[in-house]
Amino acid sequence: MAYSDKVVDHYQHPRNVGSFGTSSEVATRADVGVGIVGAPECGDVMQLQIKVNEHGVIEDAKFKCFGCGSAIASSSLATEWLKGRSLDDAMSIKNTQIVEELSLPPVKIHCSVLAEDSIRAAIADYRKKNGLAAESAAPAAAH
Amino acid sequence: MAPKLPIYFDNAATTRCDPRVVEAMLPYFSEKYGNSASRNHSFGWEAEDAVELAREQAAALIGANPKEVIFTSGSTESNNLAIKGAANMYAKAPAGQTGRGHVITATHEHKAVLDPCKRLQREGFDVTFLEPGADGIITAEMVAGAMRPDTILVTLMWANNELGTINEIPQIGALCHQRDVVLHTDATQWVGKMPTDVERDCIDLMSWSGHKMYGPKGVGALYVRRRKPRVRLEAILDGGGHERGMRSGTMNVTGIVGFGKACELCRQEMEHERERLLKLRRKLEAGLTSRIEVCQVNGHADKRLPNIANVSFGFVEGESLMMGVKDLACSSGSACTSASLEPSYVLKALGVGDELAHSSLRLSLGRWSTEEEVDFAIEAIVKAVEHLRTMSPLWDLHKEGIDVSKIQWQAH
Repeated sequence: MAYSDKVVDHYQHPRNVGSFGTSSEVATRADVGVGIVGAPECGDVMQLQIKVNEHGVIEDAKFKCFGCGSAIASSSLATEWLKGRSLDDAMSIKNTQIVEELSLPPVKIHCSVLAEDSIRAAIADYRKKNGLAAESAAPAAAH
Repeated sequence: MAPKLPIYFDNAATTRCDPRVVEAMLPYFSEKYGNSASRNHSFGWEAEDAVELAREQAAALIGANPKEVIFTSGSTESNNLAIKGAANMYAKAPAGQTGRGHVITATHEHKAVLDPCKRLQREGFDVTFLEPGADGIITAEMVAGAMRPDTILVTLMWANNELGTINEIPQIGALCHQRDVVLHTDATQWVGKMPTDVERDCIDLMSWSGHKMYGPKGVGALYVRRRKPRVRLEAILDGGGHERGMRSGTMNVTGIVGFGKACELCRQEMEHERERLLKLRRKLEAGLTSRIEVCQVNGHADKRLPNIANVSFGFVEGESLMMGVKDLACSSGSACTSASLEPSYVLKALGVGDELAHSSLRLSLGRWSTEEEVDFAIEAIVKAVEHLRTMSPLWDLHKEGIDVSKIQWQAH
């Protein structure tokens, strides 16, 4: 099974790899939301961190990913799409859009689901840290 | 000198057919195209002579009598014929009943052994699946411990396809002969690479395949012992009664000619090839483990085939690693591509942790592998592991001193 050119490009030149500090540092930062989803035994762990400014806009996003090329590309793409979005707007990103953008084959759809889950987890973490309501009427993800 | 790319380090999956084998086969497509079962004309005799020569070449490789070699379509068929054929022949109760007999195999066998054994289970046989030690090896002691009065068949691979680890087959064979139990060994990865003598090693049934030893695909053989003891099998393919009734069907004369030639070449070149490959494999393993942190060679350190290295790289995922070494054809312990998300059941059977089982490569060398290729492979893998670790959240946790296996992950 050959990878799409976009997946290969994200794999070779991942965007926004990194983090805003060690796991203990980011745990105490109120301006950073962290989402970690997946498990090593499933072969995918995705870590997404968002830095949110005082207007509730995602200023910066970083990822790290243990997973196949499609998982790396999905999380790399997610960071590109997150920057500059409001939290509500970020919640509207759907795994199907990632599938389409990266031309993921059916066996790799779970990678896009993981990326969507990591976005939601990072936003939830930020909101929890800042005592905000869980969601503003965004529909639940359909997997 | 830079090697020609891509590099083929997947010889445990299949090998290049040796040009000398191809040359031997060519006349049998459109010049000597007779059916070896045609007894009344020269076309048939010519084909029969070719098949019998191949049978001698195959027998010579394993120390057997040519009459003990049955040609098949490959190891999967040989395994099915041996396991189902022997179980049904030596069953202690007729079909449809339970308690038909006990069979011993192991959890890290190839699917072409596991699945026939599981079918036997459904058909009234008891099957014990032995668990190997952390070194991947099944010992005679383990088999002795599992033997029961109603044990009729032991089926264990000689060398493991993912790890290259070598089971104690000669000792297990001696044990089986003592107890009047039939021993079948799937020797697909073994024969042609390691010296084999079915008499010395007490083998009753043995499967092997052409395409794993520089012969053509679609042809293999089953060794069936004829004396002390005579082993009988119930056929799976019924028909014209070819191969002493054990495997009906027109002989694949062209393939068999190639198979025979491949056996002959292996017999002549094995000793030299073994040493050469062992040197290369050791260089490859040393190069990787000395330059990469949290990197281990799986399976027993010495009791392994000279050509297979199975190496785990902590905190990177196998499929992405293969993507990073795209000029190097090898295989991954991760089954992610099959969408099962299950890491290698073979590595799991050894107790290799999930995160390491997902992060392993099987690199298998062959007749045309060179030192330059090994050097290239080491560089490519080191570079890819470094690239992936800059992205790996697990690597960060490890570097922070956190034990990744102790974290409660939310599997989805």
